[in-house]
Order: sequence, then structure tokens, then C-alpha cells
Amino acid sequence: MKNLLKYLRHYRKEAVLAPLFKMLEASFELFVPLVVASIIDTGIAGNRLDYVLSMCLVMILLGVIGLVCSITAQYFAAKAAVGFAAELKHALFAHIQSLSFSELDTVGMSTLITRMTSDVNQVQSGVNMFLRLFLRSPFVVAGAVVMAFTVNVRAAVIFAVAVPVLSVTVFGIMLASIPLYRKVQERLDSVLALTRENLTGVRVIRAFHKEKEEQEDFRERNQTLTRVQLFAGKISALMNPLTYIIINAALVLLLWQGAGQVGQGVITQGQLVALVNYMSQILVELIKLANLIITLTKAAACGKRIGGVFQIRSSMTDAKPGEERRQERPMSEAAAEQKLSEREERPDQIRFEHVGLTYQGAGAEALSDLDFSIKKGQTVGIIGGTGSGKSSLVHLIPRFYDATAGRVLIDGVDVKDYSLEQLRHKIGIVMQRAVLFHGTIRENLLWGNPEATDEELNRALEVSQSLEFVSEKEGGLDFMIAQGGQNLSGGQRQRLSIARALVRNPEILILDDSSSALDFATDARLRMAIREMGGERTVVIVSQRPSSIRHADQIIVMDDGRAVGKGTHEELLKSCQVYREIYETQYQNEKGGEANG
Amino acid sequence: MDKTVSQKETIRKVIRYIRRYWLYVAASLLLAVVTVALTLYMPVLTGQAVDLAVGPGQADLPGIRQILERMVLIISITAAAQWLMNICNNKITYGVIRDIRREAFSYIQELPLKYIDSHAWGDIVSRVIADVDQFADGLLMGFTQLFSGVVTIVGTLLFMLSVNPQITLVVVVITPVSFLVASFIARRTYQMFRLQSQARGEQTALIDEMIGNQKVVQAYSHEQLSMEAFDQINEKLRRYSLQAIFFSSITNPATRFVNSLVYTGVALTGALSALHGGISVGQLTSFLSYANQYTKPFNEISGVVTELQNALACAARIFQLIEEEAQVPDSPDARVLADADGRAELSHVWFSYTPEQKLIQDFNLKVKPGQRIAIVGPTGCGKSTVINLLMRFYDPDQGEIRVSGTDIRHITRSSLRTSYGMVLQETWLRSGTIRDNIRMGRPEASDEEIIAAAKATKAHSFIRRLPEGYDTVITEDGGSLSQGQKQLLCITRVMLCRPPMLILDEATSSIDTRTEIQVQNAFARLMEGRTSFIVAHRLSTIQEADVILVMRDGNIVEQGSHEELLAQNGFYAQLYNSQFAG
Repeated sequence: MKNLLKYLRHYRKEAVLAPLFKMLEASFELFVPLVVASIIDTGIAGNRLDYVLSMCLVMILLGVIGLVCSITAQYFAAKAAVGFAAELKHALFAHIQSLSFSELDTVGMSTLITRMTSDVNQVQSGVNMFLRLFLRSPFVVAGAVVMAFTVNVRAAVIFAVAVPVLSVTVFGIMLASIPLYRKVQERLDSVLALTRENLTGVRVIRAFHKEKEEQEDFRERNQTLTRVQLFAGKISALMNPLTYIIINAALVLLLWQGAGQVGQGVITQGQLVALVNYMSQILVELIKLANLIITLTKAAACGKRIGGVFQIRSSMTDAKPGEERRQERPMSEAAAEQKLSEREERPDQIRFEHVGLTYQGAGAEALSDLDFSIKKGQTVGIIGGTGSGKSSLVHLIPRFYDATAGRVLIDGVDVKDYSLEQLRHKIGIVMQRAVLFHGTIRENLLWGNPEATDEELNRALEVSQSLEFVSEKEGGLDFMIAQGGQNLSGGQRQRLSIARALVRNPEILILDDSSSALDFATDARLRMAIREMGGERTVVIVSQRPSSIRHADQIIVMDDGRAVGKGTHEELLKSCQVYREIYETQYQNEKGGEANG
Repeated sequence: MDKTVSQKETIRKVIRYIRRYWLYVAASLLLAVVTVALTLYMPVLTGQAVDLAVGPGQADLPGIRQILERMVLIISITAAAQWLMNICNNKITYGVIRDIRREAFSYIQELPLKYIDSHAWGDIVSRVIADVDQFADGLLMGFTQLFSGVVTIVGTLLFMLSVNPQITLVVVVITPVSFLVASFIARRTYQMFRLQSQARGEQTALIDEMIGNQKVVQAYSHEQLSMEAFDQINEKLRRYSLQAIFFSSITNPATRFVNSLVYTGVALTGALSALHGGISVGQLTSFLSYANQYTKPFNEISGVVTELQNALACAARIFQLIEEEAQVPDSPDARVLADADGRAELSHVWFSYTPEQKLIQDFNLKVKPGQRIAIVGPTGCGKSTVINLLMRFYDPDQGEIRVSGTDIRHITRSSLRTSYGMVLQETWLRSGTIRDNIRMGRPEASDEEIIAAAKATKAHSFIRRLPEGYDTVITEDGGSLSQGQKQLLCITRVMLCRPPMLILDEATSSIDTRTEIQVQNAFARLMEGRTSFIVAHRLSTIQEADVILVMRDGNIVEQGSHEELLAQNGFYAQLYNSQFAG
């Protein structure tokens, strides 16, 4: 929570003024009992009507000043709290965006989403309450005690004892309830996760007719949440009765003490009334303070959880733009040019040097000892079984993950020496799961390159075989895509995400099994079109279908995290057992079908 | 929409939920009355004690002692009653929101897919979670303070009347001002809270999208731009929140000012009548503390009213979800499809998602038991639409679909859907163990059966290699499993159920060829004697199909066997030939 307070920095003025104005209001309130006492002792006892009237005017005046101060304070408090929440959310959003894939994998999206929504809300209302009351309430309590001392020391001792006892009680209850509210939030998280799951998986749930079971599951989690809430509530419910007992016991003592002193002529009747009034002011403020503490408790629990997100550090260090190792690059370029002239070969665009990858928390290596290079302008196919590491391999190129052994070089420079933005700008990657965002088709395509003209967009659509369906959509490029791309078919989503990558006109294009929802014909036309796009583009195609990659300049065959074959289709058919198997099963399959037909 | 009417409507609905807890409500009310009455009695006793201590030598200490003893007793009872009341209020509040959440959730199960497909998940989730939470806060405050507030006002009035009617009159005349101020502010803040709630929903949807798909955002270095979009909404929400919070927080000082007017009025009239000997100083003291107690609930009530405004705005959004038109319920005479024999017939079916875009028009198809229907066509031609209709995720606009001779509208949805085994293009697994995921369709399946199914789909070998085997817990979206592994699990899930009919939607496209051959063999065994609808890409699947439906732009343009279609030399032949060209 403390670390989060720095987001108040732009609202420092408001954060100081709000409690100050509150205190100002409170100090005027503290005079009221004294005014009443003088009405009783001077006005009534002395039978002076004019005095009573002027004192009443004073009271109204105090009220007006209080009103003005208070409204001012509320405004500043609201402004600071809301501004704080906005900055906090901004920082949180930015932080989450700075996390690398490894951290995103481990934390989970739904947790992050709750942190950003309901947790921040709780903290916001905590800050608001805090600014309004944290000075005011203790100030009134202390002020009332001081005022009591000015009236009569012996009676005031009762105040001096009652206030600490109250504070201990209040803080004790607070300490007991903090962990409980954290538990409440955890349960709420699990309810949220289930709700989300049910929305994303609605088709499967209905297909398996699991609605009842899901409801049962929800009922259970919801019930646990309620139980924890009730338990936490039980503890907090003690607050009011306990404070009531303490303060009224003090009142009884005060009356007993005071009455004796009035009898002895030490204090007047009006002063006794003033003392009683101060005591009830303390009660009112302490109840407010107790409520404040409950809100703060919740807010602190939420704040801690938010702080936890901030503590997650990206395991990836980003080189500053322009900081890339200058010497190395020209050197390697020079070397490459030399090579080029000597052997008439094109330079390496991608080079894997004995690369290994172990995912965070995983025991075994997902990739081991990959060593190969891809020349500029080559088309490379990567093929292999499920879980053989094809995706992991291509994820190393845009540095989604850091290699845990060896290094990955792009144009002769270690990917870690590029800034992420620089690096990823060279690369257009189309992932397995085609994700589009709420917005028009144009907006989605512009993700690839914000400066692209409509002409370039249309060109990308044409290559990705999506021009036809896009032009049939209402508004064409301005067609609104719903959240999650729900109003497009799977194949349409895939083709648009390919178009998005093409708009970038990347040096390296990576297609990570991204035409799986396309039929053979569309897939073939797509590959043809990409080939014909021109430019010296390096293309990496991950595929399950040998036919998609058989014309590639180089094919890498993956098996269990290792490259078991490298070469052209013909070479591999001769030399690589695994490749032959893959090819033959599909080939036979297709041929067999043809023979039947 | 009339705001006040809809607000009243919302209150009525909330009361319907609260009514289930009438016993607690009654107890809470009773305890509130007890607490308030005793709390109000305290100033009377205090006043009496003050009157017994007039000045030097004029203090009746034994009399005071008696009064103080009575006070101690009252304090204990009040504290106990207060505690019990708090407990009751907690029970009511948390019970009500539990019920609302439960209902909202069950409702999600009945929402037509059309609604779910067209609404942002984040928005629905925010209603079920954040809005209900806010509503709970408001309701709890309402219960703890509104109740006792009203009782305090009434009780104080009675006590004051019994002491001195004139001063009471002053109090009664001034306080309505407090009401006016509070309701004036409340009316304005309701609107602002609604705007705030809306902006918050928008923000949640954006967060859901950008954080949920963070990997794509990063792959495109789109962090900067998504940050800008976020900031825009964030700023909008900040503005609305500031307005909502500030205006609602004005209520408190404003009513407090009215209080001090009341207090002054009491002091003035009280002092005047004390001057004429109308009341004693002790009575004036009790009056002053009544004036405080009498107006405090107004403060609180107006505070609560703004909180309740917010709560009602949230409740309205929840009810909006709950009251969304549900899917057409199963007709009362719907029968359970016990043994589907695999016959299916679509006659004169018309369907479109939106009226502007015609999709399926006058589609006819007769499927005999055990036949394989391959649906082919270029990407995005509406192949999944057929599945939506067969599974009755959507109802056709015209025409009818019959399964085993019965119109599916006369079959219970559950029995219709469990007659199909479905593997969708997009895999969906739930958080839980692998075992739980596999036996989703048949919870009673034994471990042997699960393993047998997993062996049949070749999923067994990779499951076995996972750290905890079948007990490995996987996260929401399958987490560390590869796409192909997830797909294998989904297939195993269907394999275990052995339904009479199958729907396969590009199911095997993400599995590598080697695994796929094995899966296809398993499917071939499964498909024996079972009617299957396959959204197909594989030539072999297509060629072995009894009927091929060729779709284009949402329409079925050709229909027939592989040979027939080739002979027609139409769109299918064109597709088929291009396949080998690739």
C-alpha cells in the first residue's frame, strides 16, 4: 500500500489540502460545546437574553464556515482519489505490458484483470475516505481530550484513559480482519475465473450438457465466498458494540466524577454539560474512524495484491534503442559482404547457435542444442510432431522467450542486443491462435504498421486471400470486429491476422501453423501469393502438412525438442527417417483417397 | 426509458430477493428498535443526572448513583443488541448477493448464444463480479444505517415530544430542509453513477481484451497504442468518477449544516424556555443531544441514499443481464431423445445471423443412419453455421430440422446435444485435472475407461509423461499444453462418451500428420455406424464421405458424392483440382 502512494504525487496539493480543510472544519466543531456551556452558565444562569442570541449567531457562523471547509475538502479528496486510481491503473497497465511471456504464463490473465478492476476500485475508495478522515477524526478526538483538560483536569483523566483503550480495541479488531478480507478477495477471484470460463467455453458446456454441473460448481464456490464473507463480517460486527460499551462506561464515570465536583463547587453545571458533549463527540468520531479502518483494511489488502503485481519483474532486460552493439553489427555485415563476394552466398539472416530453452518452472528442456542458420530471402519450413518444439523455436526469433542456452542472432546481432521494439519491428509473426481486437478491420490491420495506406492494406488483404470476404462485409475495411473476433469465422480471423503481419512488410515473416483453419486451396493460393510478393523476405513456416512446406528452400524437422533433420524435401526424403514417415503417411493418405475415387 | 420508474422497478426486484430472508429482516428490525430505544433513553438519564448536580453543595450523589447503575445495565443490553443486529444484517446482505450471483450465473447458462457471441465477456463478467460487489456494499450500508436511522428519527421525535412539544416543533420545522437538500443531490448523482458504471464496463472490456491477449499486443509492439486507448477510457472514467464521487459527497456536509441549524434552534428555544423556567438545564442537555441524534440519521440516511443510488445503478445492470431474453425454453411436450438412430433431416431451412446478410436459404438434406456428411468449401463460407443449427445453438428462421424423425424443437436440448459428440475448431479446456477434463461428458466413467479412451486417441502417451499424469492440473486456457495436445484431450473427451452422432469441426487441423493418422483411425472406429458431420479439410475424409455439402458464401451450392460432384465439374471440382495444384 505504501509503495502505491507514490501515484498520489501529481495530486500532492489536493492530498494535503483535503485533510487540512477537514481539520479546519473539525476545529470549528470543537468550539460548539463551549458555546453551549456559556449559554447555560452565562446566558441562562445570568438571565441574559441578548447573550443567548449572540451565542446562537456564533453557532450559525461556525456552521457556515464548517460547510464551506467541508465541501472544499470533499472536492480535493475526490479529485485526489480518482486521479490516484487513474494513475495507478495507468501504471499497472503499463507494467503488465512490460512483462514478458514467461511471467504472463505463470500469473494468468484473470488474476491480472481482477487486480486492475475491483482491486483498484477498493483502493480508490480507501484513499478517498483516508484523505477525508485520517486527520479529522484523530484531531477531533485529541482536540476533545485537550478541551476537556482545559475544563477540568480530574474529569479529563477519564478521557485520557478511555481513548487509548478504545484505540487498542479498534486496532485489534482491524488486525484480526485484514487477513480475512484477503481471503474474501481470493474466493471472489475463483468465482470470477469460473464465470469467465463459462463464457469462453459456452459451446462446449452446452454440447456436453454440463449446465447443471457448472451451476453446482458455481454454487459451491459462491457458498464458500459467502461463508468467508460472513466470518469476516462477524469480526467487524464487534467493532460498534465494543466501542459503544467503552465510551458509555467512560460517560458513566464522567457523570459520577463530575457530579461530585459540581457538589464541591469545582466546576459549574454548564461545564459538566460541555464535558458530556465532548465525550459524545469522541464517540461519533471514533465510529467514523472504525468505519474508515474497515475500508482501509479492505483497501490495504487490495493494495497489497496490486503491489504484488508490481513486484513481478520482467525476466527479460530490454536493450535501449540505439544501444545495440554498434561495433559488432557493421563487422558482421562487413564479414557477410565479404562472404557474399567470395562465395556468392547471401548473408545469414537468422542464426541459432547451440540454442536450448527451458521454460520457467519446467524440469526438462523444451528445445535442446539447435544449431542452424537461415539465409536472407529463404523460405524455411519447420515440421514435426505435437509438442516437438516447433512453436517454441519460432518464439525465440522475436524474443518472446530468452534462450536459456546458446544464442539467437538476427543479421549477426544477438537478439538480446536489440531493443524489443526494434527487433519485433523486423518481424511479422502470425500465431497459432488468431486474435483480433474490437475495432474496425482497418484498425486491426494498422497494428502491423500505423502508417500504412489503404492501398497497402488492400494489397495485404489480397495476398492473405481475404480481400474477397472483406469487401463483402458491410463497410469493407470499416467493418466492426466484435471483441474476440466473434463475428468472423476461424478462417477469416486467421487470414486477417496474416494480413496484419503482412502490412508490416517485415524482413522476416513467421507463420506459426497459422493456416490450419484454411482449406488446401486457399492455403496454397496464400503461399503462392506470399512468394510472389517480392522483396527479399525471409519466411519461416511452421506446419503440420508436408505439402505446405515441401517447396521450401530448407526444411527443419523437429522431434522432441531437437532438430533431427535439415535440408530440402528431396534430401530429407533420402536422409531423414522422421520426415519420410510424416510425408508418407500424408501422401499415402491422399493417394489412397484418390485411388478410392 | 423513464429513470424514476426503472429505479422503482429495480428496488422492487431487490426487495423480491430480500424477502427470502424475512426472518432475519424481522429480527434486524426488532433489534434496531431495541437498540435505538435504549440509546435514546441514555440522554434522558444523563439529563436527570445533570439536574441532580446543580451547584456547590447541591449534588444528590445517592440519587445519581442509582441513575448510573441503570445506565450500566442499559449499555450492556444495547451493545448486545447492536452486535446481533450486525450479524443479521451481514446474513441478509451476503445471502442476497449470493442469490443474485447464483441466479446471474445460472442465467448465463440459458442466455442465447446470440447474446454471448455479441457481447464482450469482460462486460458480462464485470456485471457478475464488480457490480454485485458494489451492490453488496450499498445494501449492507443501507441495512446497517437506513433501518436504525429511520427508527432513531421516529424514536427521538417521541422522546422529545414527551419532554417539550415547543422545542420539538422547532426541530420538526427545520429538518425537512435536510431532506430536500439530500434528495436534490441524490437525483443528480444517480445519473452520474450510471455514467461511471458504464465507463467502468467499457474499461473492463478493454482490459479483458488487451491483457487477455497480451502476447499478441507485445508481438506487434502495440503496447504504446493500447496504452493510449486505455488512457483515453481511463481519463473518461476519471472524469465521471470525480463527478459522481464529489457530488455524492456534498450531501454529507450539506446536511450537516442543516444539523447545526437545528442544533442552534434547539439551543435558542431551549435557552429561552429555560430562562422562563420552562425546562431544566438537564432537560436542555438531553434535548441538545437529541438534536444531535435526531439529525445524525438524516446525515447517514443521505449518505446511505447516495450509496444506495450507486448500488441501484449496479443492481440495474445486473438485472439487465438476468432479464435478457432467455433462449426459447424447451417446449413442454419436448421429449427426451433416448436412442437417436442417426437419422437427420433438414427441410427448407432458412437462416441468417443478421437480417441484412442472407446465409442459408432453403436448404434440404436427408441423412441416413451411419452416413458421413462432409461439409467443404473455402474458408469462411459459413461451415460452422450448419453446426450451430444442428446443435440448436441457434434456431433456424424457417423450416425444420428433424433428428430420428422428430423436430428438434420438440426434443429437450440436453438430450439432443448429448446425442452428438462435438469437437470444435477452438479447443476449450477448463481449469482442473486432465482426468476431470476428459470425463466432462461422463463424470461416472471409471479410470480404466478414461485410460482406454486416451489410448484410443493416442493422448495417453503424452498424458503419462506429464508431472502428475492424469491428475495434472491445467489452467484456464490449457496453459502449458500445446495446441495439438489440447485438441487430443478434446477428442478423448468425445471418445469417452461414444455418442450416436458426431460433429467434427476442423478438429484435427492442428495435430501433426503422424498423430493425426492415429486419431483418424480411432475416429474411423468411432464413426462406424454413427452419423457424422465433418467440417473437412482432409481429402481422405471428404472422399470417404457419403454426402459432400459444398458451401460458398453461406449457401450450400452443391451436394452429392465425390464422384457425382466431380462429374458435375462445378465449384467442387474446381476446389478439388486446386488442392493438388498447391
